[in-house]
Amino acid sequence: MPRFSLDSDVKVLLPDGRTRPLTAYLIPSFLLMLGGLLLIVSIFVPYWSMTMFAPQYPRGLKVNVYVNQLEGDVREIDSLNHYLGMPPLDEGGQLERSISVAAIVALGLLLLAGVFVHNKWAAVLALPALLFPFIFLVDLAFILYQYGHSIDPQSPLGGAIEPFMPPLFGEGMVGQFRTIASAEIGLYLAFVAVFVILLGLWFHRAAYKPVVDARTAVSGSQL
Amino acid sequence: MEIFLSRKSLPIWLLTTVVLAGILLVSCRNNNQPAASSGVSGLPADAAALATARGLTPDDIYGALKTYMPTGQHDPYIMISSGGQSGQVYVIGVPSMRLLKAIGVFTPEPWQGYGYGGHGDKVLAGGFVDGKPILWGDTHHPSISETNGEYDGQFAFINDKANARIAVIDLRDFETKQIIKTPNAINDHGGAFVTPNTEYVIEGPQYAAPLGFEYAPLEEYAEKYRALITFWKFDRVAGRIDQSRSFQIELPPYWQDLCDAGKKVSDGWVFCNSFNTELATGGIELGNPPFEAGTARNDTDYLHIINWKKAEEIFQSGNYEMMGGIAVIRLQTAIDEGLLYFTPEPKSPHGADVTPGGEYIVVGGKLDPHVTVYSFEKIMAAIAKGGHETDQYGVPVLPLDATMEAQVELGLGPLHTVYDNKGYAYTSLFLDSAVARWTLGGPYANLNPDEPWSLIQKLPVHYNIGHITAVEGDTASPGGEFVVALSKWSIDRFANIGPLMPQNFQLVDISGTGAQMRLLYDMPIGVGEPHYAQIIRADRLKPWQVYPEIGWDPGTMAPHPNAITSSEQARVERNGNHVEIWMTVVRSHFYPERVEIKQGDHVTWHLTSLERTPDATHGFAISGYNINLSLEPGETQTIEFVADRSGTFTYYCTEFCSALHLEMLGYMLVEP
Repeated sequence: MPRFSLDSDVKVLLPDGRTRPLTAYLIPSFLLMLGGLLLIVSIFVPYWSMTMFAPQYPRGLKVNVYVNQLEGDVREIDSLNHYLGMPPLDEGGQLERSISVAAIVALGLLLLAGVFVHNKWAAVLALPALLFPFIFLVDLAFILYQYGHSIDPQSPLGGAIEPFMPPLFGEGMVGQFRTIASAEIGLYLAFVAVFVILLGLWFHRAAYKPVVDARTAVSGSQL
Repeated sequence: MEIFLSRKSLPIWLLTTVVLAGILLVSCRNNNQPAASSGVSGLPADAAALATARGLTPDDIYGALKTYMPTGQHDPYIMISSGGQSGQVYVIGVPSMRLLKAIGVFTPEPWQGYGYGGHGDKVLAGGFVDGKPILWGDTHHPSISETNGEYDGQFAFINDKANARIAVIDLRDFETKQIIKTPNAINDHGGAFVTPNTEYVIEGPQYAAPLGFEYAPLEEYAEKYRALITFWKFDRVAGRIDQSRSFQIELPPYWQDLCDAGKKVSDGWVFCNSFNTELATGGIELGNPPFEAGTARNDTDYLHIINWKKAEEIFQSGNYEMMGGIAVIRLQTAIDEGLLYFTPEPKSPHGADVTPGGEYIVVGGKLDPHVTVYSFEKIMAAIAKGGHETDQYGVPVLPLDATMEAQVELGLGPLHTVYDNKGYAYTSLFLDSAVARWTLGGPYANLNPDEPWSLIQKLPVHYNIGHITAVEGDTASPGGEFVVALSKWSIDRFANIGPLMPQNFQLVDISGTGAQMRLLYDMPIGVGEPHYAQIIRADRLKPWQVYPEIGWDPGTMAPHPNAITSSEQARVERNGNHVEIWMTVVRSHFYPERVEIKQGDHVTWHLTSLERTPDATHGFAISGYNINLSLEPGETQTIEFVADRSGTFTYYCTEFCSALHLEMLGYMLVEP
C-alpha cells in the first residue's frame, strides 16, 4: 500500500537561501481553512437552546436557536407568552438571522484570504471569525434581556410577572416554568473554530515570519 | 505486538470491572430490600397491615397487583366495547379496567361535540331511517379491522341492532366517521364482523321482515318474510363503507343470530347461526305459543354456511336485483350457485366462533349443555359429496354427523366462545354464571398438557355472563393473558345505587394452564348494557395526539377548505342575509370576540383551533342555540344555523383549557 507522505525534497526556499519543509506552510493554511469550514458547518446545527418545563408539559417545550432560524415548540411558547404580552419569539434578532449566513460565509472567505496573505495582516483578516461566537453570545444576551423586559402591563398576566432576565446558560424560573438554557453543538463548533484559527495563526506566524525576516535581512544587506 | 495486545485488552478489563461492580451494587440492593420489608407473604409491613385490616386474601392481593396501574403507566391492552342502548362504544384499558373514552356513535355525545352543530350531525344523519331522525342505537358487536386475520388497529365497526345500521370509527382519532343505514332491513344482530383482510364488514340479520320492511300480515310469514345478510365493502383509503360495491344475500326468515368470518383455511366463508327455523310468529295473546316457546320447539336450528368469495363473484357478474339502493342476491340464486348451505345445530344457539386457524366452528347451544364443534374440512367434504336433503326453501342441509368434529359438555347456557394461544377455548355459560375453559383438539392438542376436547375449569362469575372476550381472542393469533367476562347482572357486587344496576366486566387471569383461571377485578359499567367487546394489543394502535396540521377536518380526515391559520385571517363577511364567519380558537380567546348579526340571517361559522399542544382542547357552545363543539388541537369545524331568535347570546369555551378559561368567551348579538 503506498504511504501518503510529502516528498521531503520539496521545500520552500527562503530569500536568504535557507530552506524550510513544505509542511510548515501547509499546516497554517489547512488550519485556517478548517476554521472556516467549522463555521460554515455550524450554520446547519443549533447554537443555543432553551427548554421549559412545567407540570402540564412533562416532556418540556424546547426551542433550538440556529444562527438563521428558530426551531421547536415556538408556536406553543408564543401562545403562552401572549399571556404576558411578549412579542413572538420570531421577532427577536430578525436582522441578525437574516444576515447570518452571508456573514458566516464572509468570515470563511476572510479566513481563506488569510491563507494567501503571508504577513501579520492575516491575523486581522481572522479577527472577525475569532470574535464571532462572543458577538453571538452578547447579542443573544441583549435579545433575551429585551425579551424579558417586554412584558405588556395590559396583557392578561402582565401585572403578575416582573420583568426578568432569562438565563443565557443554566436554570431560571418564570411563573411555573423552569427554564434551562444551554449551548448547543453550533456554539461548540464556533469555539473550536476559534481555537483552530488561533492555532493556525500561530503556525502562520511560525511559517511566514522567517520569510519576512529573511527578506528584511537580505534587502538590508543589499542596501 | 505485545503493546497492541495490552492496549486491546485494557478496555475488556475495564468492562469486566464495571460489570462486576454493577453486579455487586445490584446484589447489595437486593440484600437490602428484605430488611425493609417484613411479615405476611413478603409484603412490606405497611402493605401487610393494610391487607390484614381490609381482610384481603392472597388472591385479592394477587388481583390487585395484577391490575394496579401506577400513574403514568399505560395499559398494554385496549378493550373496544359496545355500549348497548347508550349507542356508544367504550374504550377501556386492560388490565386496569379504566374507562378511557366513551365514543359517541349512534347517540349525540356532547363532550365530543358530536351531534350539536358540527360535522357529527352529518354522520348521524347518515343513519336516519327514511329521513326519520333516530338518535340512539343498540350497539352490540364491535369489530376491529383486520389484516391477515389479525387486528390492524386502523378502524372499528359497530352495529345498531335496533335499526339495522353500521358505523365506522377511525382509530386515528377514535371518532365516528360514518353511519350507514342497511337498506331493506329494520334490525340486525350478526354484525359487525370483518373478513380477514377487512374486504367486507358483515352485518347479519335478526328478526325477519318482508324485504324493505313493507307491510305484510304475519300469516304470510313463510312466503313474504325474509332475512338479509349484508356484505359492506370497506374502502380503507377513504375510511368509508362503499354501498355501491356492497351486496346483500337473501336468507330464509330463520332469525339468524351471530356470525363469524372464516380465516386461514376457511377464508372465503362466513358462518351464522339461527334460532327460529320453526318460523314461529308469536301471538301469545291469541293462544299461540309465545316466541320463547315457539322458537325452541325443534331440537335443532341451522348453522348457515355462506361462501362469500363466490357470492362476490356472483355480485360482480351482475346476477342480483337492485333493491333499496343495494344489490341483493336472491335466495334462489344463492341456492343455485352454491352460496348457501345449512347444517343442524343445537337449538337456540348463540355464537358461531371460528378457531384461530380457521379449522373449526364452535357453536354454543344456549339450551343445550354442549358446545358443538364443526370441522371446516368435513363441511367442505360434505358439500363436495352433494345430494343433500333441503329445507323448505330448497337450501341443502348437510347432515350433522357429516360436519361435526366434537361435542364438549360444558354446563348450562353456553353462549359465546373465544380462544387463547395455549389451545384453550373459553365459553361463557349464561345459566351457570361461569366461564368454562376447555381444550381444543386437532392442531391445538399439543399446546397444553390437558386432554383434548374436554372441560378443564369452570370459574364462577357475577352474574349471567353474556359475551366473553379475550386478548385478540377472535383473531388468527390470540394472546393468552386475560379474558373479560361481560356479565349482565351485578346484583350485589357494587354499592346499591337504585334498581337499574350496572353491568359487570370481570377480568380473568388465564395466563396459567389447567384449572388456574383466577378472577382479578370487577369493573362496573353504568352507562349502558354492552354486548361484545374486543381487546387489542395497545401497540397495534397508532392514534394521533393532535391533528396532523392546523385546519384539519376530522369529518373528511383532510385539510378543511375553510381553515385559517392565524387570527389575521379571521373575519366576518356578509352577503345579503348570509353571514360567514372565520374564527380562530386558541388559549384563551376566540377571535373575533364580537359577532353582530341580524335576526333571520343564515350563519355559516368556521372555527379553527390553532393549538398544537396535546390535550389543549377547546369547546365552543352558543347559549340558546343548541350548539356545542369540541375543537381538538388543529381541528376545524363548520356550523350552520339560522339566527331565528333575536337577543344577546354568549359563546364560550366549554372545555377547561387554561387559567383564563372562564374569560374565553364572546358575544353574539342578534339584532331584531
